[in-house]
Amino acid sequence: MTGLVTTFGSGAMTNSIDDIADDANAYFIIGSNTTENHPVIGMRLRQAVKQRGAKLIVADPRRIPITDYAVLHLRHRPGTDIALLNGLMNELIEQDLYDKTFVAERTEGFEALKAKVAEYPLTRVEEITGVPAAKIKEAAQILGTTHPGALIYAMGITQHTTGHQNVIDCANLQMLLGNMGVAGGGVNPLRGQNNVQGACDMGCLVNFYPGYQKVMDEAARAKFEKAWGKTADLKPGLTVVELLHAAGRGEVKGLFVLGENPAMTDPDQNHARHCLEETEFLVVQEIFPSETTQYAAVVLPSSSFAEKEGTFTNTERRVQRVRKAFNSPGQARVDWWILAELGKRIQQRLGMAPDAAPYASFDYQKPEQIFDELAVLTPLYGGMSYERLEGNGLQWPCPTADHPGTRFLHKGKFSRGLGALTPVDWLPPAEVPDAEYPLLFTTGRVLYHFHGGTMSRRSPGLDEIVPEALVEINPVDARALHIEDGQLVKVTSRRGTVTAKAEVVDRPDIGVIFMTFHFHEAAANLLTNAALDPVAKIPEFKACAVKVEPA
Amino acid sequence: MADVHITIDGQSLTVPSNYTVLQAAESAGINVPTLCAHPSLKPIGACRICLVEIEKQRVLQPCCTFPVSEGMVVRTNTPKVREARRFVLDLLLSDHPLDCMTCQKAGDCTLQDLAYEYGIKESTFAGLQHDWPLQDANPFITRDYNKCILCRRCVRACEEINGVAAIGPLNRGFDTKIGTAYDGELQDSPCEFCGMCIALCPTGALQPKASIGKGRAWETHKVTTICPYCGVGCTLDLNVKDNRVVQVTSNWEGPSNHGWTCVKGRFGWDYIENEERLTTPLIRKDGELVPATWDEALDLVADKFAGYAKEFGPNALGFLSSAKCSNEENYLVQKLGRGVIGTNNIDHCARL
Repeated sequence: MTGLVTTFGSGAMTNSIDDIADDANAYFIIGSNTTENHPVIGMRLRQAVKQRGAKLIVADPRRIPITDYAVLHLRHRPGTDIALLNGLMNELIEQDLYDKTFVAERTEGFEALKAKVAEYPLTRVEEITGVPAAKIKEAAQILGTTHPGALIYAMGITQHTTGHQNVIDCANLQMLLGNMGVAGGGVNPLRGQNNVQGACDMGCLVNFYPGYQKVMDEAARAKFEKAWGKTADLKPGLTVVELLHAAGRGEVKGLFVLGENPAMTDPDQNHARHCLEETEFLVVQEIFPSETTQYAAVVLPSSSFAEKEGTFTNTERRVQRVRKAFNSPGQARVDWWILAELGKRIQQRLGMAPDAAPYASFDYQKPEQIFDELAVLTPLYGGMSYERLEGNGLQWPCPTADHPGTRFLHKGKFSRGLGALTPVDWLPPAEVPDAEYPLLFTTGRVLYHFHGGTMSRRSPGLDEIVPEALVEINPVDARALHIEDGQLVKVTSRRGTVTAKAEVVDRPDIGVIFMTFHFHEAAANLLTNAALDPVAKIPEFKACAVKVEPA
Repeated sequence: MADVHITIDGQSLTVPSNYTVLQAAESAGINVPTLCAHPSLKPIGACRICLVEIEKQRVLQPCCTFPVSEGMVVRTNTPKVREARRFVLDLLLSDHPLDCMTCQKAGDCTLQDLAYEYGIKESTFAGLQHDWPLQDANPFITRDYNKCILCRRCVRACEEINGVAAIGPLNRGFDTKIGTAYDGELQDSPCEFCGMCIALCPTGALQPKASIGKGRAWETHKVTTICPYCGVGCTLDLNVKDNRVVQVTSNWEGPSNHGWTCVKGRFGWDYIENEERLTTPLIRKDGELVPATWDEALDLVADKFAGYAKEFGPNALGFLSSAKCSNEENYLVQKLGRGVIGTNNIDHCARL
């Protein structure tokens, strides 16, 4: 997200699912296993290829299912995205295949970008990425001559120590191709969770108030202080991994975790669990006992999606109504009620008056009142109400009650004015294979499970289809290590070891090991590296070094 | 697209020239029965139930595939049309079990509705009936091809919606049957269990396995909501009976998915009724989490958090919010963190 703020001025999927699926003539998917992680979008992309003959290029270290529909699969090594993208752009410029009008009228910084990507001739790119020069040439030819083209990415781009720069380079490519501000184009990060977009929009980020109003901006701070009667200072807080580590060191005394499972989904799991164990007072609001509730001082039983009213914001910025089907089991309560109760009780203990400011109170009878309040304070949502969200919902920005919502961003003008072509350099991952840990390890999901598995592992049918973690290993590596398909293997990184069955398959490239992180029995995040991108503070889940041996 | 003028059942209509007669009729609110046609699939004219009279046409025509043309005059409900439809139904029911009283699809079955409308209690054709074995060796989909009318909606859903084309027609003539290559099990095929075949089956041939016996259409009500899994934001209809989800059905109006689902959206909802659900607040006492009242739990958290804030300052507290929770709830978490405690230590799993 920080990368898109740098280049365009706002960070979200620029286009809509419908226009990408129906209007794009080319697709460049990099770091998104679309058919498994965003299946319905994946289905629509398959149809675009099959029914309309749209040209699909997939750049991924693995032969993921959607590569079967691609005209070209660029199988680059994990952590070499920038080298690949710079190489592509250099080729586009050298072959005169870029959109000169767009670059001249809508962007700045072209000469600097041109000079930077000139450092990435095909021979060097082939050496770094492992992708044959001829394939990069072909990709440039297709992307340079097929418009509009949509670039689609997900965590394969962001979960690197260079994640911020990876995103910038994706934006550079799309600006160079003139694919911005048009239906069927854009830079489209597919958001992983049902309401990850909404959680960002609502300011559950260390540096943003709701609607991306900056914590560091005095005017924003004053606005929220006036609304709530009190707010935080101008300094961004600690991000998820930093927060956990600070709690582990005793610097943060009380940690509140709502519906997350950091003991399962954070990198370097042994250390994450150690931090949770050391946390002085951990409160977890959850629907299931989890790896994280084991460390809690207090567990607050809450509600599933089917048990509450509210709104989710999807990957295309569409705010949609969630509706209650029935009550939660036993004494479990809806999350908003629990949070409001805590608000009231903590305010009372801190001697704060609920009527001290227009929106200081936590006295809500229904979620609609909360939505009306957040709409007042969040300009992107300013024109929304439950009444207007009936039917198709609304896509932000929707600043006023008569605004129809926004199908795609940056039409005619970027949020920041001119788009910033921003040269970036390739850097290797924080940890690369060496003699002791000779293989590159990367993680992801499968169609039948979701994230830490809290939900999908408790769905008997899903768990029946995919009941266990598998270690994907290329047949060439398997032969060298004397590993057979189905055999138990031990995967070890500098941080831990997991044991699971090997799946000998050419899905990962030679030298690359893949595991999902759904299974607590063989938790991939025991192995991953907690090294962070210095700007976006995203951990490098997608690349670290491991060794594999028969168990 | 240029418009053409046509007349259907005496109504004068102006419709786009690329419309079929069925689309034209539907646009005017004229109901023509269909089995194989569906707005989300390309028409193939397989079932012949939508036959209509078109002036200057020698025989009745299936209106789902017949294109409109200037000056066309159509009649959708004449004695001749009704007789033809009755005959088609008679033939379909000649190889269809009449076990509606125990069929999961009863009440939501196009074939049943048509038999009711045309008063067909049983087929007039006595003869061979299929006795295909039930195919349900997978967690999600029960296939009973004795109830299949070969409309090929499932085949087209698999090809035109999902795209994997896991199923197709096998054999020839009377022995034609839908199945995977070599008529194996779905999980041994490219099937991804998206369930779009179930969503489009007009009879009881394809059923969600876990829903059978739990409630039928007239016993359930639909709650339209959003899928809790990934960020696509698919609209789903929860079919609810006695405070339980019986099944998830497609909502064709959904703006982001237009009725399409994946396996998690259609079948993965049952975690919510897993017996491990937390049902009471828990407080750790002597190393063990033990049940507590809401007041005990909330007061303890409030005491501790307010105490830390007073003693160590607001940044001694941190909040991890949830990408699974609603906007309203996420707003409250950061309002609690910033507006009550006074810290920016607020994050969630967007980075993970």
